[in-house]
Amino acid sequence: MKATPLSNCERRFLLRAIEERKRLDGRQCYDYRNVRISFGADYGCCIVELGKTRVLAQVSCELVPPKPNRPTEGILFFNLELSPMAAPGFEPGRQTDLLVRLNRLIERCLRNSKCIDTESLCVVAGEKVWQIRLDLHLLNHDGNIIDAASIAGIVALCHFRRPDVSVQGEEVTVYTPEERDPVPLSIHHMPICVSFAFFQQGTYLLVDPSEREERVMDGVLVIAMNKHREICTMQSSGGIMLVKDQVLRCSKITAVKVAEITELIQKALENDQKARKEGGKFGFAESIPNQKITAFKMESAAVDTNNVEEQAEEIITKADPPSEVSTTPILHTPGTAQIGEGIENSWGDLEESDREEAAEEEGESEATAFECQKMETEDTSTMLETKKDEPIVVSDSEEEEVVILEPQELPMKTRAQTNPKQENASKKAFNKRRKKKRAAY
Amino acid sequence: MAAGSGAPAESCVGQVVLPGDVLLLPAHPEDDGERLRLGAGAAPRGRLLCGPGLRRCPTGLLVTKCGLLRHRPAGGGAAGAAGGAYWVDSQQKRYVPVKGDHVIGIVTAKAGDVFKLDVGGSEQASLSYLAFEGATKRNRPNVQVGDLIYGQFLVANKDMEPEMVCIDSSGRSSGMGLIGQDGFLFKVSLGLIRKLLAPKCEIIQELSQLYPFELVLGMNGRIWKCPSCLTLGSSPWACGLLVLEPLVQL
Repeated sequence: MKATPLSNCERRFLLRAIEERKRLDGRQCYDYRNVRISFGADYGCCIVELGKTRVLAQVSCELVPPKPNRPTEGILFFNLELSPMAAPGFEPGRQTDLLVRLNRLIERCLRNSKCIDTESLCVVAGEKVWQIRLDLHLLNHDGNIIDAASIAGIVALCHFRRPDVSVQGEEVTVYTPEERDPVPLSIHHMPICVSFAFFQQGTYLLVDPSEREERVMDGVLVIAMNKHREICTMQSSGGIMLVKDQVLRCSKITAVKVAEITELIQKALENDQKARKEGGKFGFAESIPNQKITAFKMESAAVDTNNVEEQAEEIITKADPPSEVSTTPILHTPGTAQIGEGIENSWGDLEESDREEAAEEEGESEATAFECQKMETEDTSTMLETKKDEPIVVSDSEEEEVVILEPQELPMKTRAQTNPKQENASKKAFNKRRKKKRAAY
Repeated sequence: MAAGSGAPAESCVGQVVLPGDVLLLPAHPEDDGERLRLGAGAAPRGRLLCGPGLRRCPTGLLVTKCGLLRHRPAGGGAAGAAGGAYWVDSQQKRYVPVKGDHVIGIVTAKAGDVFKLDVGGSEQASLSYLAFEGATKRNRPNVQVGDLIYGQFLVANKDMEPEMVCIDSSGRSSGMGLIGQDGFLFKVSLGLIRKLLAPKCEIIQELSQLYPFELVLGMNGRIWKCPSCLTLGSSPWACGLLVLEPLVQL
């Protein structure tokens, strides 16, 4: 499926909001969304939710022969997949640029930083080593996949337990989890990626962009750092040109964020450890809250509505007045009435077309509103306006024997005026009824 | 269908019905036997409208979607359920184009004489440039890729690409056409749109007391709102939407 395109007015709105240092969900420029970490029943399985972005991580291990040029090191394998359920634009089996970029970032962040001690994964040098495989699946895409994925990856690796192994001479014994407790991996530090989105050629900066913000951003800078303020990897994409102090500022922000997130991770790991030790319930079924209809809990955002009225009034008065609405019935002859559709056919008028074009190009919003009591379901656009209550009579050129009762205002003529025209909207059902009435004549 | 006998329709109004349920309709004393006349040819009193989520079957109405069964009696409905409309109110976020629906589309491409719009369905809808009020071959509407258009479906069935127009049958725009440049678009569920379009919607009345605004509601779950009102210390998009969203569950 194709992803829903971004309309121009959304883009304009977002950029204007960012210029005024406002974000759609009410966050500040440097705020992260809520991070939730939940663990599965198995060791090495976790789901990380960064706002609405969800990533599932699973770690597994296997005994394999080592690589020929590295006989004493274990093998690490990382894989990130964009599931089609994450966004309508993701299709299975198609390698997109995004996927390649994310995979490279995860590899550099976790492998090149040497956060996992691969020497400790060696069982028999040259013959058997552990291959640790980390699979990341994106379950929902609401922006900033890389941050969520890096958190999920490192949390899953910290949570994972591999089977215990003992080597006696030539014999290697791999113990099952029942015989001996599984052993955690040896992890030196926890690198975490933080993304910065840049707008307007680097003038504005947002941390943790949401999906909408990602669509309008110029470029992104990803910095992976651990809590000891060591930068593990840095990548800038989108072709933006950054100044030195911008990069330094970003790295300082990263240090703060990484410290917070690392603390959160430690706490989550401890809680899970405690729950397992005490024999309490653990696993996804316990940690994902019980939601009846929706899968996401709606978080309340603080919204300040103090000055909204006055400022809205200002904007309304400055804007063009919307066109007037009339909901009055139109009398053709005694006994017949009509609301809306079916007024005189106006396609023959060529002089009006120029003025119409001008009106359209001004960008007037022509949403009209009215309420009509009908049998079928309503399907009209609404606008708040006062409605007049006088009947309007029109002469319909298709019926020759129409008696015009009170020729007060003819809608056809009002189009020649520059005042807002009176428009009537209606439903097709009424047309059917009107055609029936005509057939009866 | 070999299912058990269905329940009479009036008793199920307001309750949850599941796909496969059969609803029996009351027989008219004037009709022969149990045959129910549905269609334009029937007398107005016996005319029954089978709304979304329901299908006709030999014994009555077959439910095809799960949700609450609703009924609206015909004008002067004291004669029981002899007329009127039945339909199923269901929660849905994915839109399926229906002929006559007014929707908001995003222009994705201009191909010669035709605009391609994304309306949230499985196919993109096509919209001819002549289908605007006052448009002629020389006077083309000023529509760019990424603009928002409010129009209605002229053709919408499962075998063809849907077609939209921005004029009604008499050539007037009736409020349809290009939506203004300012404002913001957001997506909600289809049920919320139907709720907002119901007459005397309280949500809109309450919001209008907060501050004046302009809304265009598309049946495909898209709402365009103006003014977006970026003012000091307030986020009215969030204000508007956060007020609306919890009410979806109602």
